[in-house]
Order: sequence, then C-alpha cells, then structure tokens
Amino acid sequence: MSYIAKSPWVIHYDGSSCNGCDIEVLACLTPMYDVERFGIINTGNPKHADVFLVTGSVNEQNKDVVKQIYEQMPEPKVVVAVGICACSGGVFKQCYNIMGGVDTVIPVDVYVPGCAARPEAIIDGVVKGLAVLQEKRDKMVKGIDAPAEAPETKAETSGEEEKADQAEKTEEGGKTDE
Amino acid sequence: MAKRTIIPFGPQHPVLPEPVHLDLVIEDETVVEAIPSIGFIHRGLEKLVEKRDYTQMVYVIERICGICSFGHGWGAAASIEGAMNVKVPERAEYLRTILHELSRLHSHLLWLGLLADAFGFESLFNHCWRVRETILDILEKTTGGRVIFSICKVGGLNKDIDNDTLKEIVETLKELKPQIKELTDVFLEDDSVKNRMVGVGVLTKADAEALCAVGPVARGSGVFQDMRMTNSHGVYDKLDFEPVIETAGDCYARCKVRIGEVFQSIELITKAVGQIPDGPVSVAVKGNVEGEYITRMEQPRGEAFYYAKGANSKFLQRMRVRTPTNMNIPALVKTLEGCDLADVPILILTIDPCISCTER
Repeated sequence: MSYIAKSPWVIHYDGSSCNGCDIEVLACLTPMYDVERFGIINTGNPKHADVFLVTGSVNEQNKDVVKQIYEQMPEPKVVVAVGICACSGGVFKQCYNIMGGVDTVIPVDVYVPGCAARPEAIIDGVVKGLAVLQEKRDKMVKGIDAPAEAPETKAETSGEEEKADQAEKTEEGGKTDE
Repeated sequence: MAKRTIIPFGPQHPVLPEPVHLDLVIEDETVVEAIPSIGFIHRGLEKLVEKRDYTQMVYVIERICGICSFGHGWGAAASIEGAMNVKVPERAEYLRTILHELSRLHSHLLWLGLLADAFGFESLFNHCWRVRETILDILEKTTGGRVIFSICKVGGLNKDIDNDTLKEIVETLKELKPQIKELTDVFLEDDSVKNRMVGVGVLTKADAEALCAVGPVARGSGVFQDMRMTNSHGVYDKLDFEPVIETAGDCYARCKVRIGEVFQSIELITKAVGQIPDGPVSVAVKGNVEGEYITRMEQPRGEAFYYAKGANSKFLQRMRVRTPTNMNIPALVKTLEGCDLADVPILILTIDPCISCTER
C-alpha cells in the first residue's frame, strides 16, 4: 500500500458492542495513535464516508440502522468489522437478541479480531481496507469509462474518479437521510 | 405562536460513540419534551447464565461495558463470592480497589475529553485522551488488557501485581497529577468553557432524590450518597474515604465532582499502595452456588447493583445487574425539558451515559 488517491474518511457505528472497541476506535484519533496525520477523519455523516467501521455483533433493533448507513454511503465503500463481536458474535453469540456478526447484515471487507481490538489492529484493518477501496475504485473507473475510452490511462485516474463520484452522488442525491 | 417540531436525535449521531435515540419536541429553540427510546445495544446477556457456568459468567458480565469493565467483573465476582460464602484474601481486596480506582481515573478522563468534544474544544479533548493513555499503559502492564482486563475471578484475582510495580504506578500517577491539573483548570476556569456549563441543566436536590439519580449526577446536586462509604466492597473504610459533593446541580457542578474524583482516586491509590499487606491473591473455590446475594458498588457512573442466585448447580439461576445510567435517564429527561437545543449534547454528556451498561 504505497499510494492513496484521497484522504479516506471513516464513519463509526456501534452495533450493540460493549464500548470497548468504540473507545479504541476513538483512541486511534487521539495523540497517541493520531490517524489524522494520514488524512483519516472520523465523520458523522455517512455521505462523506469511504470506510464504515462497525463494532459489535448487531442486534434486532439496530440491523436496520446499520443497513441504512451502509446504503447511504457512496460507492466505492469498504466495511471494516472491528472486534470479535463484529466478526462472529464473540462472547455474545449465544444471546437471544444477537444476529452474530456484521456480515449477517451487510457485506464485510476486512475483519479485525480482538476483545477489545487494539488501536494498532484497527489502524492495520483500515489500511488493509484502503487497499480494497482502491481496488473497488479502479474497477468502478474501468466499468464506467470502458465504453467511451478504450485504452487504459491508469496514471491519470483522478479526473475520472471525480466523474465516478459525481455519478454516484447524483444517484444518491434523491434520497434523504432524515 | 410557536410551532412544535420533533427533531430525531440519533441513533447514529456524532455526540457519543454509542447509539441512543431521543425524540426532541422543540418550540422555537427550546426543548419542550425529550422522549428517549433505547434497545440499540440490548444483547440479553443476563440470559447467558443458562449457558455459561458461574466462573465464566464473571467474564461475560465484565463485557457489559468496556469503560467500567473492571467494576462489572468485580461486582459479579463479589455477588457470587457472597452467595458461596467465600472470603477473599486481603491483598486481593486491596488490588481490586486499586484497579477499580484506576478504571475510574481512565473513565473520568475519557468523559472529560468527550465533554470538551461536545462543546467543540477539540484540542482539550485530545489532551485529555493523551493523559488517559498513561493510565491505559499502567492497566495494560498490570492486567494485560487496555479496556477489557479479565483479571477478576471468583475467589480473588488471576494474577498478582508485585510491590515494585505498585510503587512505580504511584510514581507515574505523581508525575501525571500536574498534567491533569493543567487540563482540569481549563474546565474549571476558562470563560468559554464556563459559559457553556454554569447554570445549564440545573437538577435540584429534591429532583435528584425523587428521580433516584446516582453517582456524580446526584453528588453534583448535593445528595450525600456514595457506595464507597458503605464498606460494601473493597477497602475504602481503611482509606478514610470522603465523597466529593457539590451543591449547584448544574453541568459545571457535575464536572467539578468528577474532577474532584480524579484527584481523589490518585490519593486513594497512593494510600492503598502504602498499606497493602503481603499474601495470596486468590483462594480456591469449589462446589456449586447455593442461595442468593446482592452487591452494591460504586462505579465511575454511580451505584451499580448485582444480584446472583444459585440453584445448587454450576449454572446460576439468575444474574441481575442494575447499572447507573439506567437510574440517571429520568434525571436527564428532566434536565432536558426547557433547555436550549444547542445544550442538548452537553446535557446528555454530563450524566456520563453508558448505553451498553443500560441495555446490556
């Protein structure tokens, strides 16, 4: 991973986790780990986000919230499941109210195990997610621009990406989040 | 003529890392009514007693909440120990008290950071969390975990902390004290911070008592109540413990109580390290749980209540936890009535809500 096309913004949602992973996600933002130096910002708005960090094993009541946030995020997007609860349900797997992992509700790209997942592991997970994000973005650019411009111009992807984002935004524009 | 509108707040919102939903009924810019709805983190872990035996249950209860995790593990272990008539060695009680106070330190520093974030003081938030990392380093060094420790078990602790490490902890805290003082001075003396907190969200003593508020929320309103005074847990009776009380009842008073408790925790840890006896840190526990037992203990957020009932089997029949935030929500709804819309995040934060505790 040597090249990031843009600063990845993350959105975090607590899908019935115990808080342990959530405060570790927040700890990533603070001076000790400070992911902001890489341009990673924690945003509250799904429409600004590229990476979706979900903690917790997702219960009946918030599975719709998780789905909604995922659907509101523009393509390309990456989902990182943080903590063992988000990966498989963990210690709560046998609880009656638990779906058992984020991947039962939305597709997950990167799994970060641990109880609670350490900030180093979360940062590593996000970096792995960025590689996936770049892959998805490349695919999208090719998919949209292939009919019009046949030859590959990989070095100048930035303009095309904006087009791709634009197309996505107009698609998403009709929906409102409230 | 003001028109009433409903603003939905949450479950996904930037104030807290946790999902909580409030329907704010507003007239102009004033909140008339706040209707909370919860259940976004309900896991139903009390029902796990049917599938996990009593030794495993301590670790499940610890995972109610990642911020006051040590206290929850201790509460569960203490209630099971009570039901089984197990006497925990004195060194274990001291170490538990020290670890509990360290958790309180990290919890309160975390809260101070979030409060600064709520009124938009980004750099103060970052400084609070920078200081908090030192406490987490101590906890990691002694227990092995940063937020979930799994060190408490039925009958004592899983591992000892040797006396040299304890002395090191006291030294580190001594160095940390001026750093914390520098930060808390900003909370207590800075005009822009005071503007947001003094006189905001007043909860009178009568209301606090009537609505059964607990912990720093109650103590900020002048209610003389702290479970650490009752000797129900730990060795607080040997440490000359005196609760921190403020009488104003506003956000500033609640903040002041927590800041007082930060320094008090450092003192309690120093005293406990000075008195700690040598000896074993756990006793062997055999047999099944029979009978029932209640433990009440003071978590960073207030009084928590643990109930264990055995049925002469290795599985408990019932394990019940009542957590502090649960008791503070009525007080929150009361203070939200009539407040400005812009003050809602601060009011929600000053009860130090822990939603995963509330819903379990």
